[in-house]
Amino acid sequence: MSAPKRKFWQRLGVYLGLTLTAAIILFPLYIAFSTSLKTPSQVFVQPYQWVPDPVTWENYPRVFQLVPLGRFLWNSVVQSTMTTLGVLITSSLAAYAIVYINFPGRNLIFGLMLATMMVSGEVTIIPNYLTIHRLGWVDTFWGLSVPFMATGFGIFLLRQFFMQVPKELYEAATIDGASRLRYLLTILLPLSRPALGTLGVYTFLSTWNQYFWPLIVTNRTAMRTVQIGIAMLRDSEGDAWHSIMAGVTIVTVPAIVVFLLFQKQLIRGIVGGALKG
Amino acid sequence: MSDRAAASRQLAPPVEGERKRKSQWRSLLAASGYLAPAVILLGVFTFYPLFRSIYLSLFETDFMARPILFMGLEQYRELLSSPRFWESLRVTVLFTLYTVPVGIALAIPVALMGNMQIKGITFYRTIFISTIAVSTAIASVIWQWMFSPTVGVMNDILRTVGLDPIRWLQDPKWALISVAITTVWKDLGLNVLFLLAALQGVPDELYEAARIDGARGWTLFRSVTLPLISPTVFFLMVVGTMDAFRSFTQVHIMTQGGPLRSTSVLVYSIYRDAFINFRYGFASAQAVTLFLILIALTLIQFRIGERRVHYQ
Repeated sequence: MSAPKRKFWQRLGVYLGLTLTAAIILFPLYIAFSTSLKTPSQVFVQPYQWVPDPVTWENYPRVFQLVPLGRFLWNSVVQSTMTTLGVLITSSLAAYAIVYINFPGRNLIFGLMLATMMVSGEVTIIPNYLTIHRLGWVDTFWGLSVPFMATGFGIFLLRQFFMQVPKELYEAATIDGASRLRYLLTILLPLSRPALGTLGVYTFLSTWNQYFWPLIVTNRTAMRTVQIGIAMLRDSEGDAWHSIMAGVTIVTVPAIVVFLLFQKQLIRGIVGGALKG
Repeated sequence: MSDRAAASRQLAPPVEGERKRKSQWRSLLAASGYLAPAVILLGVFTFYPLFRSIYLSLFETDFMARPILFMGLEQYRELLSSPRFWESLRVTVLFTLYTVPVGIALAIPVALMGNMQIKGITFYRTIFISTIAVSTAIASVIWQWMFSPTVGVMNDILRTVGLDPIRWLQDPKWALISVAITTVWKDLGLNVLFLLAALQGVPDELYEAARIDGARGWTLFRSVTLPLISPTVFFLMVVGTMDAFRSFTQVHIMTQGGPLRSTSVLVYSIYRDAFINFRYGFASAQAVTLFLILIALTLIQFRIGERRVHYQ
């Protein structure tokens, strides 16, 4: 075989391997989507129908009648937005003080904040549930989001970024008479957009995916988040997999769109979170 | 004149010290406004509950989680002598073994493929890491459908290749493996993402030097690539183990700990004891145990990891 010909076959093999791997990874998502296009009888037919024929879109409007899916989506949007804003505000304020103000006990405070990264939510969930219960925050957005509005990771991430901003900028601004707060709001935060974006996207997605916490601090159907809502749909619909998979698709598509749009920020956040240890 | 200078020199230190103390106070005051939101939230929702968990674990509690009877370490003794606890610990360790090494072993070849410098690779890379966009809850519901014993696609595949169908989630022998398969798939994207980042950090010159020495294929991977990505592999092992010890969602959705407690992992057992049986004190003892396990894993990562793993 001539050299260019061999190269062609080699390359074809490589792309076949890549495509096959991609197909295996996407397989469950394909199963979810294709099932959502089936009628009940197609779901229960044997052998398994790999390509739905005929295709029906009826499950999509129907699933909104089975459970308040729109409400679930809204709840998750509010919960994730509140948590993300909270994390951005508390982290930038705290990181600012740690980097720019030389106060006694600075290292101790920062060390304690870092230490919170070693305490996982499963360990604190019982007292936190009791706290939320006592505050009367069960079935509220406060209960869903306030406990996660400050994180050691967020403070750490922004501190690292703030430290890279030249100190001269701060000195120049304060000589010009800008107050500390004004410098933070008008100069430092606009400069920190990449870091804030990373932290924001990362926080939003991890809140969106929460399961254990929303499961225990919400009781009313109207306050359930999407993750719990989908599990509820599965419980209530039993074998109606065509409806359940329509719900799954509706919930997964926005997550994938966000992933595609913010891939860079997300990857930075995740790999940065690696330092969590 | 010289007297006066001497006097002022003598006076100087206390004045300066006072000024310093004053400015320290002022800086602390200034800082506290910025620190307050984070400090209060972390205090109320991380530090307080951590110590409260430890405190509650020493008490018998009523259904409102009020401590009613001091037990000392009695609940820990009950825990350590309870077959159920050891059973759930065994299930958790098994689950870790099924998910972590397998997940990383599968992710390495995928990441190597994604690291090839060819046209269109970004498209494949995006697909290879795409499962990070899927939540554990969604993954669990999808795989539960695929594992459906009569009409699910997994058994259709088994029948097509001439194997007997499996009662995946209903069979005590297979349930934990089924939950593990779901988890491996869901975590693949994350593992590949970290490995890709590590592979991109390997300088090309190293590969070239090794190729000149005649290293190809497997040898090249064993002697050059693997040592250089070993810190990441080790990191993924530890983080994966911690995640496996914390897993709850998959079990709550797919099996509720069954059949025959074959999937009752540690956190699921905490959930049952706290929020279904209202034994908050006993559940807290389990939560504290989990905390100690996770701390031990973190220490292992810091201590052994730094020494054993090859850093460039």
